[in-house]
Amino acid sequence: MKTRRQFIKISAAGAGAAALGLHTLNVKGLNLFGEREDGQTPASDEEMTAISTYCEVCFWKCAGWTYVDKKGKIRKIIGNKDDPNSNGRLCPRGTGGIGMYYDEDRLKTPLIRETKKDGTQYFRKASWDEALKKIADKMKEVKEKYGPEAFGYFNHGTPGGHLEHLMRSYGSETNAEPAYAQCRGPRSVAYLATFGAYIGSPECTDIRDTRCMVLIGSHIGENMHNQQVQEMSMAIDQNATIITVDPRFSTPAAKSKYWLPIKPATDIALLMAWIHVLIYEDIYNKDFVKKYTFGFDQLKEHVKNMTPEWAYGITTIEPDLIRRTAREMAGYAPAVLIHPGRHVVWYGDDTQRERAMGILTALLGAWGKRGSLYLPEAKPIPKFPQPPYPEPKWMWKDLNEGRYPLATMGITTELMKACIPRFKRKHQVKALMSAGANLPISMPDKPLLKEVFDSVEFFAVIDTMPMEVTGYADVVLPEATYLERYDFLRSAQNRFPSVALRMPAVKPKYESKPAWWIVKQIGERLGLHDYFNYDDYSEVLDWQLKQIGTSLEEMKKIGVKHFPRETGALYLAENEDYQFNTNTGKVELYSTELEDKGFAPMPVYKEHPEPQQNFYRLIYGRAPMHTFSRTQNNHNLWDLMKQNTVWVNPTVANLWSLKNGEKVWLKNQDGVVTDFAVEVRVTERIRWDSVYMVHGFGHSDKKLKRAYGRGASDEKMITHYVSDPISGGAGMRGNFVTFLKENPKKDGKEDKA
Amino acid sequence: MRYAMAIDTKKCVGCADCVVACQTENNVPHGYCRDWIVENVEGTYPSLDMKFQSERCNHCENAPCVRCCPTGASHIAEGGIVLVTHDDCIGCGACVEACPYDARYMHPEGYVDKCTFCIQRVDKGENPACVDVCPTYCLHFGDLDDPNSNVSKALKDRSWYVLAPEAGTEPQLYFLR
Ligand code: SF4
Ligand code: SF4
Ligand code: SF4
Repeated sequence: MKTRRQFIKISAAGAGAAALGLHTLNVKGLNLFGEREDGQTPASDEEMTAISTYCEVCFWKCAGWTYVDKKGKIRKIIGNKDDPNSNGRLCPRGTGGIGMYYDEDRLKTPLIRETKKDGTQYFRKASWDEALKKIADKMKEVKEKYGPEAFGYFNHGTPGGHLEHLMRSYGSETNAEPAYAQCRGPRSVAYLATFGAYIGSPECTDIRDTRCMVLIGSHIGENMHNQQVQEMSMAIDQNATIITVDPRFSTPAAKSKYWLPIKPATDIALLMAWIHVLIYEDIYNKDFVKKYTFGFDQLKEHVKNMTPEWAYGITTIEPDLIRRTAREMAGYAPAVLIHPGRHVVWYGDDTQRERAMGILTALLGAWGKRGSLYLPEAKPIPKFPQPPYPEPKWMWKDLNEGRYPLATMGITTELMKACIPRFKRKHQVKALMSAGANLPISMPDKPLLKEVFDSVEFFAVIDTMPMEVTGYADVVLPEATYLERYDFLRSAQNRFPSVALRMPAVKPKYESKPAWWIVKQIGERLGLHDYFNYDDYSEVLDWQLKQIGTSLEEMKKIGVKHFPRETGALYLAENEDYQFNTNTGKVELYSTELEDKGFAPMPVYKEHPEPQQNFYRLIYGRAPMHTFSRTQNNHNLWDLMKQNTVWVNPTVANLWSLKNGEKVWLKNQDGVVTDFAVEVRVTERIRWDSVYMVHGFGHSDKKLKRAYGRGASDEKMITHYVSDPISGGAGMRGNFVTFLKENPKKDGKEDKA
Repeated sequence: MRYAMAIDTKKCVGCADCVVACQTENNVPHGYCRDWIVENVEGTYPSLDMKFQSERCNHCENAPCVRCCPTGASHIAEGGIVLVTHDDCIGCGACVEACPYDARYMHPEGYVDKCTFCIQRVDKGENPACVDVCPTYCLHFGDLDDPNSNVSKALKDRSWYVLAPEAGTEPQLYFLR
């Protein structure tokens, strides 16, 4: 038996004491599976009907089958074997997706905010007709008074897509997605500037066939981006080298040949040193650089002094390790994958860090080659006949007023500021709607968000759950879960194009309705019938499917259909002439686009603020069984992980005499304290200058009965963010926390923010 | 015939998909599970090592849970799968105590339950639900007597260990290093 063993059961039940607690937990006997007279007999697949869906628990959109038994109950969801995103295996969240349907805390009816005589406000149950009319009337009013552009919206996921269709039909493109400025924005901008192409989603990462994968703060296996997790496992089977750069001993770090325990916020220095080694040891891919790139000489000059010795002083990574890992990459080039990451908004110079990753990729010739980044393709889906959308007089881009010139999508904080009169923005947003975006948890800077909700005349929310955001709404519309609705066809980019069907397995529970129906009802009330010229969304799907050579009938049987590639091969051919979609037509090591806009054309390492004494950098991440803040109340997933913990290095724990499992409150550099206490996890897996938390916990809405008060919200500690001047991404890793051992809110008062 | 499972700790990421898939497949009530994950960390920062183990009943060749069962509800079925006949179980809990792996739990309906290797699927020639869902393909199931079974192939060129060999239970979960 191993001696130094930390024993942590991730699952809910299990051995000893943990299992005892669980016996009491179930005393209530809350049984979502209904009749259990048979007690044990699992329903056999033959007795069930399998109905096609694609998962909505995260953005990976894995296709699968919802199994419904003879009594009409959903029993399980299993991946579709023909689906390239899942290969027939859903991730734990997808498998546990049924908990979303069965969640007894779901929004059940439309709600309208009312104010009592004494000024207190409450939600009143309303009929669909009343709620829809209220929204439509407000949209008419805003259009007349200020123009439709003044009605802004936050969108995410498929419900966000339906909302977008409504708003564009109405005349507004004043929108923003947290998925851009709070997640992928800098990556999009950087790869567009370097390669003239997006990485896209699912990422075009050829993990399956790579010889060497480099993860920079990316933690596959903790984020369950399904196909990537599966392919990392295949790469391990093939003995591929994995190099992980992370201040935390993450799951992939444990599977890596090289783990570089970098000092946080210094990644650019490491990347530049790698570039230095490749160039000055003359081990870069000369054919690729010569044929496809622009600016090599400038780059060579630029990195001249960025030696591994220089980087050592910044990153704490030994020069020898920097050299060895650079050589390892060069040895496997071009079958090397510098993984571009996904949630990349860290320090406000994120576009430059992503650029450095792009440049490293180019020097290895690791683009468009087997085992690097492949050339993805998706099936274009024809648009159901409708009139063209009206041209808005202004849109999201105009909200930036010249800032973030390279932004490719709306920036949440800019849209927020346009809602608040004191910022005196040229374009003022007067009303808001949101779908699928729980802003209070996905956005930094809570006071600003509060001011938004205080400023706008009207706010409507479409969601399946009473998330924190619904508390601010004037009208709340309960959306059916993905298992109860038709939705857009999923046309995902991948190695080959494929299309997947989502259809209802059962009728919507309670009074919830599919998003397509909700937006059509509002559209009809606005006289926009021509944009919603169907009675049921299945008509749209059937029409679209017939255009691409299949039908709803066929898709109901197969769920996923493959299509041949039409854009050429998956990889570049040897010496193929290729025009990159950049100013120079080449891969820009030296970015003319950035230079034009007044930014550094090549990445430069900048120092970032360090924690003060007794403070630790707050690093946050993902657990495999949860997505953002949206799954914590799902009973199946709650069973797997009920709360987050704050990871503390044993040295730090000693200093503070913190014990494993002890509850503490966190306070950040701005004096903001967590709403709830969080358990300490003393672990060697985190550096002594940082603490780590899984994102999405510490829900403060009491209506989420299971999730309420479980763990602490990392997002609440993120009051400070640094905007990336290039992309508009909000860098959120510059927050520092300290520990409070006593409840700071003994008086029971809620704190201000 | 000897059913067994090999678990590749080099690939397991501890995601617990095997846990939730078992729960939905086998109607395991909320708050209980038949399989679970253990995370082992060794060393000090930054010289660390970590592995995950997806654990469940070991379907022991020499099963103390079966020996101590007063009613015969706990028994060994074909292929060595250790089962509990729920109707015969009086819920005395002797087997729960006897199992060195804490693999059994008291079902709220008053009988003892545990991993069955998804016998209802295995009987049809399928894999247990956890094996078929695992996104890292790290679970291998089959008949050890058949050299071409997935489990035999997985064990062939790899070194492995079992849990608590000192208990003498002859467990049939093999953890690949
Ligand atoms: S990765 Fe998991 S949660 Fe995301 S879509 Fe796929 S199965 Fe669903
Ligand atoms: S599903 Fe597979 S990878 Fe995930 S915890 Fe279970 S055995 Fe490990
Ligand atoms: S693991 Fe426990 S329950 Fe399973 S056969 Fe062995 S002793 Fe019995």
